[in-house]
Amino acid sequence: MSATVIRSTRASQATIGIGAALCVAAATLPFWGESSWMREFVEIACYLIFAMMWNLLAGYGGMVSVGQQAFFGLGGYVMLSLGNFLGFNPFLAIPLAALVSALAALPVSRLAFRLQGGYFSIGTWVIAEVFRLSIANVSAVGGGSGTSLTALRGISRATREHTTYWVALGCVVAAIALVYLFLRSKQGLALQAIRDSEVAAESQGVGVARMKLAVYVVAAFGCGMAGALYFVSNLRISPDAAFGVNWTAFAIFIVMIGGIGRIEGPLIGAVVFWALNKFFSDYGTWYQMGLGLLAIAMTLFFREGLGGFLQRRLGFEMLPTRRILKLDAQPATPVPAHTPAAPSQLMPKVSL
Amino acid sequence: MLLRVDNVSKSYGTLKVTRDVSFSVEEGQTLGILGPNGAGKTTLFNLISGDVRVDAGSVTFAGQDVSALRPHQRCRAGIGRSYQVPHPFGNMTVFENLVTAACFGARLSERQAWDTAAEILDKTGLLPHANKPAGSLTLLNRKRLELARALATKPKLLLLDEIAGGLTEHEAAELVAELKRIKAEGTTMIWIEHVVHALMSIADRLLVINFGEKLAEGEPEAVMGNPDVRRVYMGLEA
Repeated sequence: MSATVIRSTRASQATIGIGAALCVAAATLPFWGESSWMREFVEIACYLIFAMMWNLLAGYGGMVSVGQQAFFGLGGYVMLSLGNFLGFNPFLAIPLAALVSALAALPVSRLAFRLQGGYFSIGTWVIAEVFRLSIANVSAVGGGSGTSLTALRGISRATREHTTYWVALGCVVAAIALVYLFLRSKQGLALQAIRDSEVAAESQGVGVARMKLAVYVVAAFGCGMAGALYFVSNLRISPDAAFGVNWTAFAIFIVMIGGIGRIEGPLIGAVVFWALNKFFSDYGTWYQMGLGLLAIAMTLFFREGLGGFLQRRLGFEMLPTRRILKLDAQPATPVPAHTPAAPSQLMPKVSL
Repeated sequence: MLLRVDNVSKSYGTLKVTRDVSFSVEEGQTLGILGPNGAGKTTLFNLISGDVRVDAGSVTFAGQDVSALRPHQRCRAGIGRSYQVPHPFGNMTVFENLVTAACFGARLSERQAWDTAAEILDKTGLLPHANKPAGSLTLLNRKRLELARALATKPKLLLLDEIAGGLTEHEAAELVAELKRIKAEGTTMIWIEHVVHALMSIADRLLVINFGEKLAEGEPEAVMGNPDVRRVYMGLEA
């Protein structure tokens, strides 16, 4: 039997087309937009990439880490060190910083993976705190009060802002494409299977432990990239800003609002977060409490998130990872299982 | 000899759930496992599939000692299993459930996995449900999916854990017809089941477990006539 499988729909092709057009339009922003818009975009891009990685970890891999800021901060500090001390162009240092974060995830995973469930969550947070305290004791990068990125001093403000914006746009597009293509691949099947039932995935031949490690390392890469990008834009870094647990808290919020375990979740969540942040952040603590309440309400009453709601309402996925078997292509063979003989003929009763 | 279980034991704390159990299964045979609730039948499956590691003894499959292998490695070696409580990949479609099993269990390319999955869906009567989320299936179809997904890993040995439990007589009959077909294709099976007449209609040999120990083993009729089995499992005096 030769199976015909549909991997994309008109709606999803349209989504990708519109997305590509938006990216091209966005790329021209530096020529007509204000610099505050670019700064805002870079900031939300960092949150988005960070949230996408958290979604991959928790939503698919079942690893509810509260310590991804460890890799975010590390990415920032590695980028800064490569720029300030080794003379690297900070923009080129971004992928290198991401790579270092990914490498750091290997030994960290040895420790973190010994823990399960809630212990894993708290354990990863503790590990992030160890990172923060360790860096706070390195005087070369300013200790507890932090330091500035001096490597970009020779560059004009406009060039710096434009380049940062374009790099951020590139990072976002790359992160979305990477996650999308990964989830559509054969490995993506394994990851979705793990999301739905770890026990069953393992018994169907999926190497769960190896897959989880791969996801953990990829997530560290993404978080490191987001961190490096954030501090290229910010120009100043400190342990508290780099390793703050707020990063993960906001990522959780973004993912819960958009819908956990679905690729569109963080994209939708990040837009909502940006809007809420823009209009309500002046309320300070009240704003944060509001975010918390909203996240709790979503978790309790609206688990599929906005992404799931939209998908159900519109009847299509924007970025489909599904494999739809085309049924009319099948030969119309009768299904023998439905037409058995009388039960008594098949199963002789045992006289006891 | 496809599977040999030698002096296998497993304890949880002071509770011995499997005590020194040995048995073997020839290629192409179907072994039925019976026993009261809590006798350790599912634990025995877990020890064979690798979900639980043995404390002592060994599990040899197709001539290879698999006692230290992880479940996914044993699956790839040819041990497929279903669970008593179905564990579907609920958010994935029925078709994708099978594609995953074929890709990773049978180590097929994705293209080949599509064909295998479609073929098994057709055989097991799940084809009309191919594109539904697995979590939306009825109990009968969930049980069918457990079986179909295990088949998609192209097992040499199929472990079926109470796959007829909770089904109506008619549904159980459909399932038995399906299992007979699978058996005819040469697949070796071990089937844990409380629906005794369903089990008797297909098993070549029976194994009865009680308190983690082997109580009886042999030809179905002889085992069912065994006074110990009648007393322990059926509550009948010999």
